[in-house]
Amino acid sequence: MTDAPTQPILEIDNLTIDLPEGNDRRHAVDGVSISVGPREIVCLVGESGSGKSVTAFSIMGLLPKGQLTPSGGAIRLMGENVLEASEERLRELRGARMSMIFQEPMTALNPTMTCGDQIEEVLTTHTDLDQATRQTKILDILEQVQLPDPPRMAASYPHQLSGGQRQRIMIAMALVLEPVLLIADEPTTALDVTTQEQILKLMKEIQKTHDTAVLFITHDFGVVAEIADRVAVMQWGKVVEEGSSEAVLKRPQAPYTRMLIGAVPSFTPHGRPREAKAPVVLATDGLCKTYGGGGFFQRARPVHAAQDVSLEVRRGETLGIVGESGSGKSTVARCIARLIDPTSGHIYLDSDDIAQASQSRLRSLRRRVQIVFQDPYRSLNPRRTVGASIVEGPMNYGMSGAAAYERARELMSLVRLDPTALDRFPHQFSGGQRQRICIARALAMEPDLLIADEAVSALDVSVQAQVLELLDDIRRRLDLAMLFITHDLRVAAQVCDTVAVMHRGQVVEYGDAASVFSDPQHDYTRALFAAAPGRGFDFGGALASG
Amino acid sequence: MTEGTENLVDAAASADASSRRATVWEQLVRNTSVMVGGAIMALMVLIAICAPLLGTMDPSDIDPAWRNKKPGTERTLTADDGTQSTWVYLMGTDTLGRDTYSRVIYGAQVSLAVGLIVAVLSLAIGLVVGMVSGYIRWLDGIVMRVMDGLMAIPGILLAIALVSLADAGLVTVILAITIPEIPRVVRLVRSIVLSIREEPYVEAAISVGTRLHLILIRHVLPNTIAPLIVQGTYICASAILVEAILSFLGVGIPPETPTWGNIMAEGRILFRVFPHNILFPGIFLAITVLAVNMLGDGLRDTLDPRMRKRL
Repeated sequence: MTDAPTQPILEIDNLTIDLPEGNDRRHAVDGVSISVGPREIVCLVGESGSGKSVTAFSIMGLLPKGQLTPSGGAIRLMGENVLEASEERLRELRGARMSMIFQEPMTALNPTMTCGDQIEEVLTTHTDLDQATRQTKILDILEQVQLPDPPRMAASYPHQLSGGQRQRIMIAMALVLEPVLLIADEPTTALDVTTQEQILKLMKEIQKTHDTAVLFITHDFGVVAEIADRVAVMQWGKVVEEGSSEAVLKRPQAPYTRMLIGAVPSFTPHGRPREAKAPVVLATDGLCKTYGGGGFFQRARPVHAAQDVSLEVRRGETLGIVGESGSGKSTVARCIARLIDPTSGHIYLDSDDIAQASQSRLRSLRRRVQIVFQDPYRSLNPRRTVGASIVEGPMNYGMSGAAAYERARELMSLVRLDPTALDRFPHQFSGGQRQRICIARALAMEPDLLIADEAVSALDVSVQAQVLELLDDIRRRLDLAMLFITHDLRVAAQVCDTVAVMHRGQVVEYGDAASVFSDPQHDYTRALFAAAPGRGFDFGGALASG
Repeated sequence: MTEGTENLVDAAASADASSRRATVWEQLVRNTSVMVGGAIMALMVLIAICAPLLGTMDPSDIDPAWRNKKPGTERTLTADDGTQSTWVYLMGTDTLGRDTYSRVIYGAQVSLAVGLIVAVLSLAIGLVVGMVSGYIRWLDGIVMRVMDGLMAIPGILLAIALVSLADAGLVTVILAITIPEIPRVVRLVRSIVLSIREEPYVEAAISVGTRLHLILIRHVLPNTIAPLIVQGTYICASAILVEAILSFLGVGIPPETPTWGNIMAEGRILFRVFPHNILFPGIFLAITVLAVNMLGDGLRDTLDPRMRKRL
C-alpha cells in the first residue's frame, strides 16, 4: 500500500446519531470522533448501551431505517463520506472496501447454504471472476484463516462446524475481497476462551498479512489488552477517553475508564483464609448424568454430561466450577438443585442423600438449595410483579402473605433495592437490578446452599462487580455455602475459596483457589489459564497501584 | 444484531411492551378489523337473541297454500277477532310454505350457538390436554399419538361418523365438530408449553417448591391466552361452516330445526326456480364467517404482534 501513514483509513468526525423520541437520552451517538489508521487495530470499548455497536453499524450503513438516523458529522472511508453515499454505492463499498464480522456466527451465516457457496456469493456479487478462479480464491482464503481441509470446509453447512470454525468462515468471507477496513463487532464474545484466543491470534496475523485496518468492538478489557493498538472508551454515546492501548489500560485518565478498569476482576485469587472446621453443607459423590437419547426407532447414543463428579462445599465458603461451554458445569449445578435427575451417584445435603429423593421428599428439601440463573431477562416471570415472584417460595411453604411481603421488603433492602418497588414489573428494572431481585427470591427461602449459575455472565463489568460484591457480602452475613458456576476465570479468582475445573463432563482439577491458580497441575487447566485474554495484565491491581 | 443495538432495540421494545400493557384495549378499539368484525358479530348475536321480536312468525309453521313464494309476496291475515293485517314474506317461503325470513333469523341462534360452544369446548379441552401433555413428559408421547390419530381422519368424515352413531341433535353435532378441532388446539398449547417450560423463571418456580398445578396456572397458562383467543375465533368460524355443511348433507341437526345449513339443503332442489332459499341463509353465513375471521385477524395483530410479522 502506498498510503501515507498519516492518511487514516476510517475517519469518524463528530458523528451524532439521534434516538427515536421517548428514550432516556436524545442521541445514541453524540459527537464521536475516531480515526483508524492503516494496519491499525482500534478497540471501541464500552458497556451495553454505550453506542459502540450503533457507531459500527452506521459505518456500514446498516442502521435500522427510521429508528436511528445520523444527524450530524461525517464518516470518511478513505476520504469518501459514507453517510452521503447512495444505497448502490454503499453496496459496492460493503465487502469490497469494508466488511464486518458479527458476534454470533451461527445466525450470521445462512444455514441453508454451504460455507463455500456463501463466500462465493460475495465474489459473484462484487467481481467478474470465472468459476475456477473463484474456487481457487475460496480455498485460498479458507487456508489463510487456518481451517483444516479447506475443500471439506467449503462443502460444509454452518451447523456442521464448531463455533470457532464458523467465526473463521465469517472472517474468510469478510476478507476475501481484501477490504481496507474490517469492523469486528464482539466477534469472540460468544466463543469459549480457548477458541477466543485462537480467533484473536488469527485476526492479528491476518490483519498484518492483509494490511487491513480493524475497528474492534468489545466490552472485554482482557480482549483489549490482547489485541488493541489504540483504544476509545465510550459511555452514553460519547467517547470519554482515547489513546494508545498501553496508556489507556495502565494510566486511565477519565473517571469512567478508571471505574471500568477497576471493575475488571483481578486474576489473583483473593487468598481469604479458610475455616477448616466449617461443616460440609453439600457433598457430591460420583455424581453422573447421562443423556440417553434414543426412542422407538433411534439408536441410543449416550452423552455423558457429567461423570463421576465428587465435590464438597463448606458453610461460609464458595466453590467455583469453572469450564468452557459443554463441560458439564451447569449439568452438575442443575443436578444438585434437582432440576434434572442425576443418573447415578450421591448428593448429600448435610447428611440427606437427595440424589434419588422422591418428588414429595424433594419438596421439603428444595428450600435448602436455591439457584440464581444466568439470564436476568428470563429469570423473572414478566407478567408477575417482582413482589409476587419473591413471596412465591415462602408462601408455598405456608408463610402468610403479609409476613412474606414483610420479609420481601427486608430482602429488597438487603440486595440494595428500594423496598417499595415490590409492586413493579420486571421490565421496569435493569439487568443488574433484576439479578438482585433473583438473589432476593433465592434468599427468601433461607437456603443453606446458594447456586449461582453464570449469574454475572450477562452483566456489564461495572454491574458485575457490584453483584459479585453483593453475593460475597450475603455469603459472609448469612454464612452461606455457595456454588459458583462460571466460565470466567477472573470472576472465579475473585469469589472462590475452592475451584473445580471441568472438561468434557469430568472434574480435571480440584483444590484451593490459591493453589489451582498459582500452580495448575492438569494440562487443560494450564491451557485454559493461558488462553484467558489479558492474562499478563492485572487490571484491578494496576489501578490500585496507579 | 449485536449487543449494543439489541439493547437499544430492547429498550424500545420494553417501552413498547409497557405501553402495550396499558393500552391493549385502546389498540383493539383502533384496529379496524376488530371493530368491524366485532360490530357485525355483535349485531348477529343481537339478532339471534331478539329473534322473536324482529317481526318473525313461528319458523316451523307449515302452510302448504303458501309454498314457494318469492321474496316480497304480500299476504293478508285475518285474526280470530276479524281484524286484518298484512304480512310480507321478506325472503319468500320454502317448499313447505314456511317463512324463510323467520327461519334465517332463528337459524342464527343455532349457528352462533354451535360456533361459540364448539370454540369454548375445544379450547377448554385442548388447553387442559395440551398443558398436561406439554408439561408431563411421559404422558406426552401417548397423548400426542392419540391426537395424531384424530388428525389423520378428515374432520367432516369423523363428524358424519359420530352423528350417525348417535341421535341427530344439537349436542351430537356440537360434539362431532368439537372433537376434530381438539388436536389442533392441543398442538398449539403444547408447543407454547414446551417453550415456556424451559424458561428460567419456570425452573426458578420449581426450585422454590411451587406445586405442578400452580406452575401451570401461574406461569404457563397466562402465556397461552392470547394465541388461544385468536385460535378460538378461527375455530368458531370453521364450526359455523361445518355445522352448515353437516346440515346441508342431511347428517346434522334435524330438518325441523331451522339452521342455515338446513334451509339451504331444503332449498337445493328448487334452486334454479327459487334461489332465495339458498341465497339469504348463504349471505348470512358468509357475513358471519367473514366477521369472525376479521375479528380473529385483528385480535392476532394486536395480541400477538410477532405472529403478524411471520405471516
